[in-house]
Amino acid sequence: MSTTVRSRRPRFLGRTAVNVVLGVFVLYTLLPVLWLVLAASRNADALSASDLFSPENFSLWSNLVDLFAMDDGIYGRWYLNTLLYAVVGAAISALISVACGYAFDKYRFRHKETLFGLVLAAVMVPQTVLALPLYLIASHLGVVNTFWAVFVPLLFNPFGVYLGRIFSEGYVPDEVLEAARIDGTGELVMYVRVAFGMLGPGVLTVFLFQLTAIWNNFFLPMVMLSDQELYPVALGLYSWNSAATVSPEYYPVVITGALLAVLPLIVAFLLLQRFWKAGLTAGAVK
Amino acid sequence: MAPFFVLLVGVFLAPVITAVWLSFFTDDRSGLGFGPESTTFVGLRSYAAVFGDPTFLGALGVVLVFCLVYIPLLVLLSLTLALLLDSGAARLRPLIQLGLFLPHTVPGIIAAIIWLYLYTPGISPVVDVLAGADVTIDLLGVETVIPSIVNIAIWTNLGYNMVIFYTALRAVPRELVEASVVDGAGPVRTALSVKAPLIRSSVVMVVLFSLIWTLQLFTEPMLLSQSTPVINSRFTPSMYIYDAAFTRNNYGLAAAASVILLVCTVALSYVVTRWSNRDARRRAAG
Repeated sequence: MSTTVRSRRPRFLGRTAVNVVLGVFVLYTLLPVLWLVLAASRNADALSASDLFSPENFSLWSNLVDLFAMDDGIYGRWYLNTLLYAVVGAAISALISVACGYAFDKYRFRHKETLFGLVLAAVMVPQTVLALPLYLIASHLGVVNTFWAVFVPLLFNPFGVYLGRIFSEGYVPDEVLEAARIDGTGELVMYVRVAFGMLGPGVLTVFLFQLTAIWNNFFLPMVMLSDQELYPVALGLYSWNSAATVSPEYYPVVITGALLAVLPLIVAFLLLQRFWKAGLTAGAVK
Repeated sequence: MAPFFVLLVGVFLAPVITAVWLSFFTDDRSGLGFGPESTTFVGLRSYAAVFGDPTFLGALGVVLVFCLVYIPLLVLLSLTLALLLDSGAARLRPLIQLGLFLPHTVPGIIAAIIWLYLYTPGISPVVDVLAGADVTIDLLGVETVIPSIVNIAIWTNLGYNMVIFYTALRAVPRELVEASVVDGAGPVRTALSVKAPLIRSSVVMVVLFSLIWTLQLFTEPMLLSQSTPVINSRFTPSMYIYDAAFTRNNYGLAAAASVILLVCTVALSYVVTRWSNRDARRRAAG
């Protein structure tokens, strides 16, 4: 790491210039988040006066109380919905996708590469193109405006299958599986007992990416749901924000609600750094 | 294991295939109601209607302009930052990486909310500071609205793509870098002629995914449209689809627009892959 090359280079490039440029961009990425934190902890007067730094207007607690009281406490409901959609959905999705990728890697079957090509093609298909046909299917099945209409389509994660195949190639040696087969272990038991443990980090990576994807998802719930009780936070904040253009008392709750909605993802990414970096590396190899 | 997998493929791919299938079929019929009972065959009339609609062409134009501005800027910025971070002169590398990556964990709708408020005079410290310096700028005006959305997109995706480039750069063999230094190349030269070409596959991947992301642009303009008359309800193709399907209840039109968007995505993806392959072959030959 610390070869002569590395230590000599700064002389040419100017250590300061490099760090200033990087610093400016870090400010660019961090300041809006900082603004959100400050704005969420100030009262409405301070907000409209852009007076975010005066300490006497600190009112994070009362903002939180307002947030959960607004419209009969529907925000709490949205939050639970989002957790349900995102955590449960991402967990199931990751398990299925990685198992699927594992099968693509370890088994030989007819039309394997054609099917895998189909998976890759599915990565390319924009979500917004699928929303209308999905809505029509859902209305045929009579599940429009239900939990399942949003939950089931989000389980589909072709990129997770792709990552699953790469992880399976990297983490699960064929020899181990051969040894297990010679011992007479059944295929399913072998997957659960032997391979799954090795795929653990891969499953977590896929889980994390799918978690953000579902948390971010906006178009599908917007198409499928009309009942506010079923909204995820993203859609709820959208509707509040549109209400705020008419009645400004919604502004503080939108901001505080936005902050609360961001926190779990930031925490998840901080705690699981190792895994998303692994995922990005695997994705970048191709 | 094998039957388990067949089931998974079925459960997974079925929605996509059905979805695409359906979209191909509804566009040949005018879906006036919900079921096939009320559909009538109209041939390509929906397509003709979409292509004859100046608002759709305008929407397509908007995302194309967006692609031309956003993607080169994104690649340039994130590649520069990755090269700087990799140059050996940067300090606190893990922290910088985290700071730049942070916005990616912020859901799109919330990123849009934060920036909308930062664009709004009276709430935004940025606009106020500018106003204090006698610069009045309407960040949601006719000419500024696309740059404003580009800024949100850059803010969200900069760090993510930077990390992809950075991990790819870390995989560049150090001997190559050292060899180029021995050959008398400066750090800038090394970065541009040795490192950058070696991670071209990551660049292609980033361009491809950004392209798909841009073509389905929906969340950010949808939210901003609540606050500015400049963004109409058919500003991007995805918004056009939503508007056609759920405001005007014209499923035939929406499905045709969906298929056109899908075809555009596939065609542009194909062009990017082809172009990068040809470029690679030319390099190999030269």
